[in-house]
Amino acid sequence: MKPGIAEVLEIHEKGKRDSLIPILQEIQEKEGYLSEEAVVEVGKHLDIPSSRIYGVATFYNQFRFQPTGRYHIQVCRGTACHVLGSATVLEHLEKLLHIKAGQTTRDGLFSIEIVACIGACGLAPVINVGGEFHAQVDAARVAEIIDEYRKREETI
Amino acid sequence: MISDTMTDARQLLLEKLWSQEPVLHAVPEEDLFRQLRREYLLKPVIFIGSGTCGLGAGAGKTLQAVQQYIMEKEIDADIVQVGCIGMCSAEPLLDVQLPGRNRLCFQKVTADKVNPLLDSVWNGEPVEADILGQFRGDSAGEWDSVPYLDEHPFFAHQTRVVLKNCGIIDPVSIKEYIAHGGYQSLLKVLHTCKPFEVCNKVEISGLRGRGGGGFPTGRKWKFANQTQADQKYLICNADEGDPGAFMDRAVIEGDPHRLIEGMAIAAYGIGASKGYVYIRAEYPLAIQRLRIAMTHARQYGLLGKDIAGTGFDFDIIIKMGAGAFVCGEETALMHSIEGKRGMPRPRPPFPAVSGLFGKPTVINNVETLANLPGLLEKGEEWFSSMGTATSKGTKVFALSGKISRTGLVEIPMGTKLRDIIYTIAGGVRNGKKFKAVQIGGPSGGCITEANLDIEIDYESLIRAGAMMGSGGLVVMDEDTCMVDVAKFFMDFIQRESCGKCIPCREGTRRMLEILESITSKPVNTGNQPLTRFRGIIQLEKLGKVIRETSLCGLGQTAPNPVLSTLRWFRDEYESHIYERKCPAGVCTDLRTFRIDVDKCTGCTVCSKKCPTGAIIGAKKTAHFIIEEKCIGCGSCEEACKFGAIFIRE
Repeated sequence: MKPGIAEVLEIHEKGKRDSLIPILQEIQEKEGYLSEEAVVEVGKHLDIPSSRIYGVATFYNQFRFQPTGRYHIQVCRGTACHVLGSATVLEHLEKLLHIKAGQTTRDGLFSIEIVACIGACGLAPVINVGGEFHAQVDAARVAEIIDEYRKREETI
Repeated sequence: MISDTMTDARQLLLEKLWSQEPVLHAVPEEDLFRQLRREYLLKPVIFIGSGTCGLGAGAGKTLQAVQQYIMEKEIDADIVQVGCIGMCSAEPLLDVQLPGRNRLCFQKVTADKVNPLLDSVWNGEPVEADILGQFRGDSAGEWDSVPYLDEHPFFAHQTRVVLKNCGIIDPVSIKEYIAHGGYQSLLKVLHTCKPFEVCNKVEISGLRGRGGGGFPTGRKWKFANQTQADQKYLICNADEGDPGAFMDRAVIEGDPHRLIEGMAIAAYGIGASKGYVYIRAEYPLAIQRLRIAMTHARQYGLLGKDIAGTGFDFDIIIKMGAGAFVCGEETALMHSIEGKRGMPRPRPPFPAVSGLFGKPTVINNVETLANLPGLLEKGEEWFSSMGTATSKGTKVFALSGKISRTGLVEIPMGTKLRDIIYTIAGGVRNGKKFKAVQIGGPSGGCITEANLDIEIDYESLIRAGAMMGSGGLVVMDEDTCMVDVAKFFMDFIQRESCGKCIPCREGTRRMLEILESITSKPVNTGNQPLTRFRGIIQLEKLGKVIRETSLCGLGQTAPNPVLSTLRWFRDEYESHIYERKCPAGVCTDLRTFRIDVDKCTGCTVCSKKCPTGAIIGAKKTAHFIIEEKCIGCGSCEEACKFGAIFIRE
C-alpha cells in the first residue's frame, strides 16, 4: 500500500461509512488522484465493496482517477464567467496547452479542469492555477499566465 | 437563571485578556473594547481586503508590498487581513487608519501603487484619485474633502445586518468579534429563553430561508423542536452551488464567528447538540478561517460542552462537499454527509422528523443562520419592520456580469431591482444597453426591463417568472445571446442531474439537444431541419413535464431558465430557428463570413488559416468563402490585415 493511503486510513482508523468521502478527499489531496489501489484499499478498510466506493467517487465532480499536472488549472464556468467570455478563455487554454479539459500535458506540468463556480463572480472570468487565483482573464492574459508558470518552472 | 450568574460575552473576553496580560487590569474596560473596535488606536493599522476575490485581484502581492514598505521605513504598524467589504470591482482594497484619524479606504491598490500611496497618507495628503471614501468616526479625525464611504452610491442604499462586520474586522479574531457585540445574543438566549421561545421569536420575526425555497425558519425549527429524539442535528448548508452566488463564501471568509453564533442559537432552539457545516471544497480560504474561528470559540467556552456554564452542549463538524450541485437539496446533502451518493429522496418524511442518520435534522443556509445574532440582539419587531408584507429583513445579493460595480450588497427586502442595478451597481458596463438580469441561478429566470420596477421579495420574483434562489444577480447586455444563456444553464443542469428520476435525467438532456440543434450550423440533411422547427413547441412541452414530475427541487426548477427566456425573448429563439441567425453574434456556428471583394488583395493568408478549406481564390485576386464549408470560427477574420472579412448581417 502506498504510504499516503496508509497514512489517511490510519487517521480514520475507526471510520465508518460517513468517513468515506473525507477519506477519499484526503487521499486525493495527498496523491493527487484516486488510484485503483486506493479505491480497493478504502473498500477493505471500511468493509464496503469497491464497486460501491467507485460509485460514490464517480458521482462527485471533485474526484479524479488520473494524476493531474504540477499546475492544476481550474477554469470557472459559472454564469458570470460565461457571460464575460470564459468559453473563449477555455478554448485558448486548450489550444495553448494542446490538451482538452480533463487532460494533462505530456510534460506533466499542466492539467485543465472545468469547475462550476469558484465564487469570485465579481471578477469574472476567473481561473485558479495551483491555488492561485487570476481574475478578469482573457485570451491574451491566459498566454501570459501560462508563460509565468513555465518560467517559474525553469528557474526551479 | 438571570441576574448575577449570567455570563456576558464581554466579561468572558475581559477575563481572557486579563489572564493573558495582567497589566490590562489597569486599563478601563471600555477603553479596551474601544481599542479592539479600533475606535482608539495606539499605532497605525493597514487593512487589506483578503477574501478570495481580493486575492484574485492581487491582494497577496499588495500585502507583500505593504510588509516591505513598513519594514524598510521602520514604521510600527499593524497589518490586518480582513474579509471582503463587498465591492469586488474595486479590489484590491486597502484601508489605512492613523491614530486619531478616520479610517480611509483606497481602491484598486495593486502592488506597484503601495509605496506612493502610503507615502501620501503618512504625509497627511492622501492621493485623492485612489480614495473610495472614509469611514465614520470622531469628527476630530475627519479628513477634509474626502467623501464618507457610507455616502458612496454602492453603500448608501445598503442595510448591512449579515455583512455588518465583513471587511471591517479581522475575521480570525474572536476578540474583535466580541468587542463588536458578538456572542451577546447567544448568551442572552441561553440565559433567558427556553428553546421553544427562541423558535417563537424567529417565527414572529418572519425570517425565511435564504437558500432559495423561502420556508419560514421558525416554523421549520418548531417541527424539529417538537419531535422527541435522543439526538438531533443542525446542518448549515454552505454548499453554495449556484453559479453566480458567492455571499456564503464572503460571510464565512469575512465574519466566521457570526455563522458559529447563529448555528449555536439555532441548535439551542431545536435541541441539537451536534452541527455540521457542509461547505464546498472550492472554498479553501473559507474552510480555513472557519476552522480557526471554531478553535477560538472552543477556547472561550462558546462551543463544545456546557457552553458558558449553561449546561448546553453544541459542537460543529466541517464536512467538505465534493462538487455536486444536487447536494444543495437537503435530502441529497444528508446522503452525502452519510457517505453515500448525493441523491435526493422523496419527502415526507421531512428531515425535521427523520433526517441525518434517521434523526430529526434542521438544515439552514449560511445567510439564514448569520441573520440570527442580529435578529435576537435587536429583537423580532426590529427585524420584521424591514421588508415587505411576506418577506422580512434584508437579503444579500451577488452582483456580477456586465455591470459597472460588481460585488455583494445587502438591501432590505422590497427594494426595486432597478435601484440595485442602476444606483448601487452603476448601470451596465461600457454604456451598453441593458437586456436582462438573471436571478436565482440555474433554478431561476430572467427579469427584463419591463419588470425592473418590481419590489424584490419571494413572491414578486416568482410572479415575474424568476425566483429568489440564493441571490445571484447576473446582468446581461445587448451582446448576450439569451438562447446561449439558456443552453449554458441546460448544459449545467443535465450534467448535474443525479440521474435518479427519469423526467430530470432524460428530459434535461433532450432539452439541451434541442437547444444545441438550434444553435449549431444548419445541415439540410436527415431530420435536422424538422427538429429545428419543432424546437420551440417541444421545449415548452418538455419543460412543463419536467417541472411537474421531477422528484426534487433541482428537476422541478430545471426548465426555468429556458421557459423564462422563451417567455421574454421568443424573438431571439425564432431568429435562431427561422432565420438561422444569432442576433447578438454569440453562437459562432450561426455566423457566416463574407469577403469584401473591394478590400481583398488576394494575399491568401485567410485561405491558409482556414481549418476547413472553405476559402478559395487565386493569388492576387479576391477570395471567396464557401458557405457550406465555413464553420464560423472567425480565424480568417482575425488573420485578415485589410479588414476585408466581415460577418453577414
